[in-house]
Amino acid sequence: METVVFLISAAVILSGALGVIFSKNPVHSALFMVQTLFGVAVLFVLLEATFLAAIQVIVYAGAIVILFVFVITLLGVDRAEDLKVEPISGQRPLAVVLGASIFGIILTVLIVAVGGPTGEQVANTPIGDASDNTKILGEALFSTHVFSVELTALLLTVAVVGAVVLSTRPTKPLISTLDKQQNDNLEDELEEKGEE
Amino acid sequence: MSITTTWYLLLAAILFSIGTTGLLVRRNPLIMFMCIELMLNAVNITFVSIGSHLNDLGGQLAVFFVLVVAAAEVVIGLALVVAIMRRRSRTNADDLKILGG
Repeated sequence: METVVFLISAAVILSGALGVIFSKNPVHSALFMVQTLFGVAVLFVLLEATFLAAIQVIVYAGAIVILFVFVITLLGVDRAEDLKVEPISGQRPLAVVLGASIFGIILTVLIVAVGGPTGEQVANTPIGDASDNTKILGEALFSTHVFSVELTALLLTVAVVGAVVLSTRPTKPLISTLDKQQNDNLEDELEEKGEE
Repeated sequence: MSITTTWYLLLAAILFSIGTTGLLVRRNPLIMFMCIELMLNAVNITFVSIGSHLNDLGGQLAVFFVLVVAAAEVVIGLALVVAIMRRRSRTNADDLKILGG
């Protein structure tokens, strides 16, 4: 059963990822990304990380992808990109070679070198039951890792302020002073004409 | 055939490679961001599967923080894209070489 679920969700994840890359239309890429994110959420359920599966669907598929689609539609960049034009010659073969070599390196480390994952338990917090997952995670976050949680709160605040600053229309005072100067020049010219 | 942690790590490696290749191939900054999200998801699968393998909650805690950082990164990145698009209607990553001075 677990094998079947894993294989199906792996197929869903990988086909979605390939769809993100190969779609000409950015909206299609966003929808393929939803497919991948749901597949990853299924894997989280399979690994008994139920809270993270819910967060994955709510935050990633519910918020981040919606943000992507908003930006795509608001900016009108949903025109298809011509994928046949290669801007820098040799970029694509090199990119594929680099991606394949990263995969090869990970594969080598994973299988050849150590023969599977190794390591030790470090956080001294066992995972426990899947039904208690949210409780255990919350207790760990707000006791041992409470400083990190505060730091992420700070990070999110900075991100929100930064987004607002970046997306407001730039430098209104400068434009108004420019207008004022132009008005002054116009008035000067009119005065000169009147004198003539 | 039972599914071991190695299978999850293998899937994460494939997903990460796809994300890397897409990031290098595509020129639309929005799709480049999506590829970064794919790579982050691959790392998340790795964290959770290793945490499950070692019966350790640390993996899931790391994924929680990765999610927060990913959300912040997307917000700032999309704000940057909006700010760039406002000045130049047709933008791809190669057009930004004017930033080099």
